[in-house]
Order: sequence, then C-alpha cells, then structure tokens
Amino acid sequence: MKKSKLLMIVGALLLLGLFFLPLWNITLEAPQYPDAIGMDIYIDRFEDANPNDIKNINIMNHYVGMEDIPETIPEFSIFPKVILGMVALGVVFGFIGSRKLYTTWFVIMIILGSIGMYDFYQWEYDYGHNLKETAAIKFTTPDGEPMAYQPPLIGSKMILNFKAISMPRIGAYMMFLGMGLSLAASFQHKKENGNDKAPKPDAAGRPAVV
Amino acid sequence: MKRNFKYITGVLLVISLIAFVRCQSSNQGGALGGDVAQKVYVAPGEHDEFYALVSGGFSGQLAVYGLPSGRLFRVVPVFSVDAEKAYGFNEETKPMLNTSHGFIPWDDAHHPDISQTNGELDGRWVFINGNNTPRIARISLSTFETEEIIELPNSAGNHSSSFVTENTEYVVAGTRFSVPVPQQDISIEEYKGKFKGAMSFIKVDQETGHMDLSFQIMMPGFNYDLAHPGRGKSHGWMFFSTYNTEEANSLLEVNASQNDKDFIAAINWKKAEELIAAGEFTTMPSEYAHNIYDESTHTATSTIKKEVRVIDPSKHPGLVYFLPTPKSPHGCDVDPTGEYIIGSGKLAAALTAHSFTNMLDAIKNEKFDGEAYGIPILNYDDIVAGVVQQAGLGPLHTEFDGKGNAYTTFFISSEVVKWKLGTWEVLDRQPTYYSVGHLMIPGGNSRKPFGKYVLAMNKITKDRYLPTGPELTQSAQLYDISGEKMELLLDFPTVGEPHYAAGIPADLIKPRQTKIYKLEDNQHPFVARSEKETKVVREGNEVHIYMTTIRSHFAPDNIEGIKVGDKVYFHVTNLEQDYDVPHGISMIGAQTSELLIMPGQTETFIWEPKKVGVWPFYCTDFCSALHQEMQGYVRVSPKGSNVPLKWTLDGE
Repeated sequence: MKKSKLLMIVGALLLLGLFFLPLWNITLEAPQYPDAIGMDIYIDRFEDANPNDIKNINIMNHYVGMEDIPETIPEFSIFPKVILGMVALGVVFGFIGSRKLYTTWFVIMIILGSIGMYDFYQWEYDYGHNLKETAAIKFTTPDGEPMAYQPPLIGSKMILNFKAISMPRIGAYMMFLGMGLSLAASFQHKKENGNDKAPKPDAAGRPAVV
Repeated sequence: MKRNFKYITGVLLVISLIAFVRCQSSNQGGALGGDVAQKVYVAPGEHDEFYALVSGGFSGQLAVYGLPSGRLFRVVPVFSVDAEKAYGFNEETKPMLNTSHGFIPWDDAHHPDISQTNGELDGRWVFINGNNTPRIARISLSTFETEEIIELPNSAGNHSSSFVTENTEYVVAGTRFSVPVPQQDISIEEYKGKFKGAMSFIKVDQETGHMDLSFQIMMPGFNYDLAHPGRGKSHGWMFFSTYNTEEANSLLEVNASQNDKDFIAAINWKKAEELIAAGEFTTMPSEYAHNIYDESTHTATSTIKKEVRVIDPSKHPGLVYFLPTPKSPHGCDVDPTGEYIIGSGKLAAALTAHSFTNMLDAIKNEKFDGEAYGIPILNYDDIVAGVVQQAGLGPLHTEFDGKGNAYTTFFISSEVVKWKLGTWEVLDRQPTYYSVGHLMIPGGNSRKPFGKYVLAMNKITKDRYLPTGPELTQSAQLYDISGEKMELLLDFPTVGEPHYAAGIPADLIKPRQTKIYKLEDNQHPFVARSEKETKVVREGNEVHIYMTTIRSHFAPDNIEGIKVGDKVYFHVTNLEQDYDVPHGISMIGAQTSELLIMPGQTETFIWEPKKVGVWPFYCTDFCSALHQEMQGYVRVSPKGSNVPLKWTLDGE
C-alpha cells in the first residue's frame, strides 16, 4: 500500500482513541485540596479525575448557585456518531487514495472541531453564568456585576480561591495527530505522484522523463 | 564637670563593651541550642519521620504522635469511652466495651505492639492490652480505629501483654495477678498452690486480623510482669518475667521482695501448638466477650464465648523452663538477633542477660537446678551471658538500636543508660525528668530497629512545665541516638500516663490510609445512601429517623409527630465522599455524646424527649462556610397527641 494511503487510514483510525481516552480535562486547584479535583470529558460522558470529584465540585459550586454538572448532555449521543462517521469516511478516502479527499477530510475535521469548541464554550458559559436566584453566596465583580464562574476554554484562570485549568487530554492529542497525518498524507500523495499536472507514466509504467 | 562627664562616658563604654561580649557569648549558647531545635523542627506542612503510638495508661486510650516533633495528631479511643468521637456512646460502638462483667467504660491501657512479618514491623495493626478487666484490643493502622477487643478469662491485671510473635501468629497476654482458676469462693490465704497464672495465646487471622483465644498455659501462681517474644533463632519461644515467686498474698512490697532471684519463664509455644494439635489439653468452661467492629456495617457486635483450651505445663515436659533472674525482674526484652534475653531486676543495680544458646544447651543436657510446680528451673550460671554491673538504680526496660547497643531505663536514678551487647560495658548515660518507665526505639523490639531516636516516658514531671494545680502531666523525652553519645532533643507532655509506645517509620503507615468510607459499601441496617432514602418510621414508641448530612444541611431537617416518652433513634449517614469532611450532630437534651460521622459512615444516637416543645439539633463539627446554618428542629407533642409523623427538607 502506498505510504500516503497508509497515513490517511492510520490518521482516521487514531480518532478511535476518543472512545476510550479522555478528550478534555478541567482541573481545580486550591490549597485545601492538596490532591486537585477535576473532571475528564470523554465524547460520551463526564468522569471523575479521582473518585467522587464531580460530586465534590457540585457540593462546592452549589454555594454560589451553580447547577450540578449534568449526568449527561445531548452532545454525548451525537459526538460518538460523528466521530465514527469521520473514521469511516477517512478510511474510505484512504482506500480511494485521492489527495483532494484527504484535504477534504482535514477541512471537515477543522469545521467539526470548531463547532465542537464553540459548543463547549457555550456549555461552559452557561455553567458559569446560570446561577440560582437563591444562591447562599453571591459575589460581585469590582464593577458590581454578578460574578461568573465560567472555566477557561483552554489554559488556566483564577476563579475565587481556585485555579481552574482546562486542557486537551490524550484523546484530543490523538485526534490532532490524526488530522496531522491526513495533511501529511496529502503531501505524501503529492510526492508520490509528483505534480498532478505532470505527464502521466507511460503504458509500461515507466515514469515520464520530465 | 567636663572631666566627670568624660569619666562617666568611659565607664559607660566599658559596661557596654562587657555587655556586648556577654551578649556574644550567650548568642553562641543560643546557636548550639538552635542546633538541637533544628533536629526536632518539622516545618509547617512537612511530615514527621516516625509515628509514635503511645499508650495512655489510665486514660485507656492510645495517643498518636509524630517524631521528632512530638506533635499530637489523634487520640484513638480503645478501652475508655470518648465523648468527642462518640466511642462507647453511639449505638454502633457500645458493644466494643462489653465484657463478661457487662459494659465497662474504662480500662488501663499499657503496651502497644505493632504487627510484624518476618520479625519486622509491617504497619497493619497495633495491639494493646487493657489491664484492669483483662482485654486485648486490635487497632487498624489504616483507619486508626479500634476494630476488635477480646476479653481474657482466668486473667487478672493483664500486664505481661500484648506482644506479637515474629509473624503475628499470636498476640500473647499474661496475667499479672494470679487468681483461683476457675474462680471460686475460697479464703485468700489459700493462695499458695490454689491460685494460677494464665498465659493467653491469641491467634491472629492474617487476612482480617481477627483474634481468637487459641489456648492458655496455666502457670504457677506467680505475678507475670512483662514479656517479649523470641525472634530469629529464638522464634517459637515467649519469655515472661515474674515476681512474687514467694506467692505472697498480702503486703507484697515486702513479702514479694524476699527471694534473691525470681524467674523469667521461657515458654515454647511451638511445642504448645503441637500439644493442641495432639489434643493434649483440657477444655474449660469459661465466659469472655469477643467484640468486633465491622467496617461495612460501621457497627460492632459482641459475642460471649463459653470455653477455653488449657494446657497444664507440669504435665508436659519441654513446654516451660524457668530462668533464675535477680530481684523481681520487670522488663523482659529480647535483642534483635534473638540471642539475649534481658531481665531488668527492678530491685537491683545490675541487668542480667541470658543467652538463648546457653539455655538450649542447658535444656539439652538437662542441667536443672530443681523445679517449681513440675517446671524445671535452669541453673543461673549455665545460662547467663553477661551482667551489666552498676548501670544504675532500678532498671526497668531495654530497647535496641540494631547496631549492637542496648538502652535501659532506670526508674530510681531517673536515667537512660546506653550499653553494649556482648561486652556489657556502659557507654553513656543521660538523665530523664523524672522517674522514667518504658522507653521506645521505633522497631526497637523487633529484628529490625530504626535506631535514630529513643523516646523515654516519664511518670513524674514536677517542675518541668507550667504548673496546673496538684495534677500534672506525664511526659515523654526524645533523645537522638545516632551518635556515640545520646542527646536530649525534646521534652513533651503526654495524654494520660505513657506506659509503653510503639514507633514505626511513617512511610510504612501513610500509604495504607483510609481517606473515606465508600457510601456504596455502607451496609449499616439504617443507612440512607441518598436524601431520597431518608425517612422517619414509627414502631410503637420507638421512632427511627433515617437522616443524612451533606454540606451544609441535614435531610430531613424539620420533623414533627414525636411525642414525649418516645425513644427516638437518629441514624445519621454522612453522604460526603471527600477527604476530611466529617459532620457532627447533637440534639438538645440527649443524654449521650455528639456523633462525629466520617464520610460514608452511619452512626446512631438515642434521644428520649421529656418535654413538649420544638427542639433544635445542629452540626457540631465546623464543616463548611454554611456550617452555622446546618441545623434543624424536632417538634415534640404531648404523650397521646395525634400530630402526624412528618419530615421535610425545604418544605418537601
């Protein structure tokens, strides 16, 4: 099999890692939590970074009126299907072996990824802003606005006494690698076939002399 | 005038120079002192190197300190009720203090000993004896809770206890006072011959730690003072010191101090096991309590056992030998190699070291010097390996550093003396403040001592601390023994009277810690694993409240329909699953202690309301930012009223 095809197929298959490895993680650090508490986000579920972490985040956050982290969200039924679709598509594209299709797959991934990040941001925004009227503790910002507790999209920020850190996890890195491989497949394809506009090999398969 | 001024200035200059020099020299003293301070300084947030599990003596408890800092972390309730932790007050732990004499809220806790594997500390459990109503307790070193207590029949003043054998096969307990066996109504003057001393061998289950009184060896009616197991080459033997071989039953301070030599009893427990296996024992009717705390139900049960297997050593040659040892030996300590058995004749100035090899030789060649109640007495000169001469006054206990040195306390002369095994020469001595009893080197009575520190435990403190009226604290003193000379580092007050202690490297304990109890594993019969499961159930005049706690509320927190004359059970489950988030609860007028409930645990207290009204309860452990809001009410109606039973949280 041609190297480019292999790169594309392997790249697409790397997405399968998302089915058993976390995509994202949010960690909260504070002095009175010497073992930081956190949550791993998979494509189909939230999971405790350490046992009971989500329960303990909920207990803490309920004082400022935040809702519990939901058991499930609609995305969890959509993401696996989309990922599986993209794996299938990538494998098929790989077998077809067209550079255009490789690029197309990469572009779709970029678009889907952007939608995913936007969706994640929306959820975080809602989680950090949708506070119960009856909250026991109501903090305000220096300009008098109600304080929000939205975790960062990526990177870290201080929220009251907690440092909130939001970073991709191994599943995401495998996905990025997969996307990278689809790009590499594109370049490899170009290398293997020369310029698409170059003269085709002759009937005996000898490369054309340029 | 001007000259005067100059003169005065000159004098002042000289004075200030002297003051400066003096100041300098006292600074040097301070620097030296600072060096000692540094050795015990554990910076904020740092951990101590060793745990010291120090018996509380007449407090009945076990105190947990860090070394070298001497900081107190926890007092584990063992034989005495503890209102702070509801031990012996809540319904779950009351059975722990049950005995054949009924519920006993107190005992005198003496000798903690950590479980061993291959003669080395393994950090699984610590055992400790209750002296007064003879019992042995097992404390988990994962939860630091008392998990089991077994009573000892035929025993009285359970003092030569509780010492574990090399692989924790047995925890061994000897009686201090001999008593009629079986108990009977006879004249005290019939002591000689009629009174017996029971040595109990308690088998330990290696998985669960559960104790089972396997057999008792019924010894002559002496007083059995202390004990230690053989190790290495002497594994399979147990050594007990004795006094009152005179068998006096009155004014013992005189009448039990007449014999020039008493004995160390050497018991071959491997031989005893063979006798048990061969059926060479009698089964004696008896009555003793066996109490086990179950971590999954968070509840203790007490069972009364009805018989015990007894071996008569006079009928079984080879089971027990007496090693003559001068002047009422107290401590009976075995060095890390298992070769030397050190007897501390507490009325003498010298220490006696018997040789295990010599002992076996003498036994093999049957070189006996008479017998007592059918038990052969070996010849002192045949077995003694050496004597530490004029070491001090009133030797009590010896521990070992694993580098060939031994350290012995001297009660009367208030000092710790370092001496060399084999040469028997005294190397160093340091005063204690005052009247030292036991001493402890972590692992100092095992095959592998950690010979960095020795902790001396004092009976009397007099002027050492700020005075607190007639009753003063006891104390412990820490010495650095890493060098040739001992160095006093620290002097700290203790909980109760520290008899003995067991020390262990923190690294052997820290990884074993239980942080929370898993809620899903909670099998308490009255558990509520979530707020949905909370309820109030009436059965006649008994009312069972299935209550939960979580930051920062109780569920339910409003209860109506309780009547005067009811017996109200608060079964409270802590729903938290986070480290170090206990909740407490207490009800006005409840004739018991608070509850202090660890995450995932269920505990129960009983309240019998006597007055009509609306009565509050609240969380007693500052748990969270809204701890003060963590409260509730119970409405109590008159007897016979028909206010319906109702329970709510936030109106639901």
